[in-house]
Amino acid sequence: MQVVPLEYYLLLSGILFSIGSIGVLTRRNMIIIFMSIEMMLNSVNLTLVAFSAFLGNPSGQIFVFFVMTVAAAEAAVGLAILLALFRSKKTIYVDEVNMLKW
Amino acid sequence: MNLVDIVFYFFAVIIVASAAVVVLSKNIMYSAFSLLFTFFGVAGIYVLLNADFIAVTQLMIYIGGILVLIIFGVMLTTKITGLEMKTGITGKAQYAIGGLSTLVLGGTLIYVFNSTSWFKSPSVPTTSTVEAIGASLLTNYLLPFEAASVLLLLAMIGAALIARRK
Repeated sequence: MQVVPLEYYLLLSGILFSIGSIGVLTRRNMIIIFMSIEMMLNSVNLTLVAFSAFLGNPSGQIFVFFVMTVAAAEAAVGLAILLALFRSKKTIYVDEVNMLKW
Repeated sequence: MNLVDIVFYFFAVIIVASAAVVVLSKNIMYSAFSLLFTFFGVAGIYVLLNADFIAVTQLMIYIGGILVLIIFGVMLTTKITGLEMKTGITGKAQYAIGGLSTLVLGGTLIYVFNSTSWFKSPSVPTTSTVEAIGASLLTNYLLPFEAASVLLLLAMIGAALIARRK
């Protein structure tokens, strides 16, 4: 039985997405940016699951499954890049990584 | 206000509060640990939406995998003692621009979500979604499923190659 309307779930995921986008845009630590990206992916998953539950169609949950797969791959490769970056530049602040800036 | 409403608001407050701590905290360990509560709250909302398989997957992949990986990243790249833990923001101008664009984005999202008249069809009370998801994964979505497995293999090899000590 669903008694909480669909809008509430969508609003919650919109708020979570906005908080994550604040983190991506304003923080300079690369790990915090990673966490914010994971939060934004989570909010999109929340939207998909909400629509799936209200439509009574499990396809949305399969999309969530694939989003989680890509998120796991992204986290693994991203943190490997982070470690390589820290080893060569001794910093994980994105504003200090400006080798391409002339 | 019945029990489902109370549970929804409980998890919603947990999600929003801990997400704010993740983004705004100056201490990166506080961020990492409050991310745990964000993921946990989202898993609770999934249970509320009858998505049992996705809720368990969320607990296993996000909390058991990605969060542990992030904490490893924190441990390997920051000194636990000293000022390295502090993570500031990037200047006032970027803060203002980031806040403004987020305000526009979030406002648009919330306006669209509120103004659209969504379908009010009552959801079908399902017993378990595991069977339906498993059948779909091995019939309609077989090719994406296999592609995902290749993607994970590539990501694993790539991560090991990049992070390897020369």
